[in-house]
Amino acid sequence: MDINQFVCEFAACFDDTDASEFYAGLQFKQLEEWSSLSGLGIIAMCKKKYGVKITGAEIREANTIQDIYEIVSDRLK
Amino acid sequence: MAAFIKAISYYLPESVVSNQDLVEEFPEWSVEKIAKKVGVNNRRVVNGNQCASDLAENAARKMFDEHGIDKSCIDFVLLCTQSPDYFLPTTACLLQDKLGLPTSCGALDFNLGCSGFVYGLALAKGLIESDSAKNILLVTAETYTKHIHQRDKGNRTIFGDAAAATLVSTNGFAEIGIFDLGTDGSGGKNLIVKSGAMRHKDRFDEVVFDYSGNPVSSDHLYMNGSEIFNFTLEKVPELVENVIGKNGMSSDDIHLYVFHQANKYMLECLFDLMDIDEEKGFVYMSEIGNTVSSTIPVALFEAKRQDKLKGNVVIAGFGVGYSWGGCVLRCQ
Repeated sequence: MDINQFVCEFAACFDDTDASEFYAGLQFKQLEEWSSLSGLGIIAMCKKKYGVKITGAEIREANTIQDIYEIVSDRLK
Repeated sequence: MAAFIKAISYYLPESVVSNQDLVEEFPEWSVEKIAKKVGVNNRRVVNGNQCASDLAENAARKMFDEHGIDKSCIDFVLLCTQSPDYFLPTTACLLQDKLGLPTSCGALDFNLGCSGFVYGLALAKGLIESDSAKNILLVTAETYTKHIHQRDKGNRTIFGDAAAATLVSTNGFAEIGIFDLGTDGSGGKNLIVKSGAMRHKDRFDEVVFDYSGNPVSSDHLYMNGSEIFNFTLEKVPELVENVIGKNGMSSDDIHLYVFHQANKYMLECLFDLMDIDEEKGFVYMSEIGNTVSSTIPVALFEAKRQDKLKGNVVIAGFGVGYSWGGCVLRCQ
């Protein structure tokens, strides 16, 4: 699992924000586009791409894309 | 004896809540954008006096009229609702009287949400196979909007009220195949109206606002969207696989998938996760919203009207409980 690839997949969950604006340390909930539906998109992406379940509570507690990446990485170990 | 769906009709209350109406109520919120994602433009809502039995009566009368069905043939009423007129008597009994159905009818309510139509078909099939009834009026009727807090923009965007009437009989256009059903009550807390029944009879009269500004109230419908979403992504692919397997089929044998129309976003995620082609995944909710137990019969009605209800059709309902169920309909 690669953080750069994860950031690309994370970015693909968003329609209006340019992919170039995404990086591992991005505080994604600060994005103008962020909504509760964005959170569902991230849950779906983690399930489809990695077979990993993450919860809404984990997304609420996370600040950066790196935080989500680490949750997914841990579950893949 | 085999059981079939013979007729379906549905009824929507007159009042419409449009996206524009919601924009005016919630100017701070990008309703249009969210509504586009969840795939709902308008939803119908009951007025204060309309109850589940009223919607149910209208749906049943439409079914009798649209399909030329003599109501005297009805020998059982199954009514699915989570917003009954009263704690007691049973809403199905009220419906028997409102419709002037024979007093020789059996009648019962069952309390399920989004899986309710599938469970109703399973019960109706059991009544036919046990030779207990021959023409079962299965009605799904919800006034969920009465459960929703007026400031709950999320749920108000998604849900609408409706009733659907389905005649299950010994002949018809869709033979009801084998079911897969399941329950996990540990998820009950994630979609709940806490007060009003016997556990918490009195209102809590408290409201807190979650991180996205939505009211959370024990006196109203609470939905933990991300938990429900995870449950759906986890359970529905397994359910569909089980349904297809139990019916001795493979996914190549399936011509159409009609899932509970929770919201367009969730349906698209499910179709994507399950590699279901766009033309095989039926979506019908833009003008009515999520009508809970009526979404599947409404979608079946519309798929039939669009001449898409042919061959083997997988139906799958899932949600509050948690409860889930599916089966294959063999359509002519």
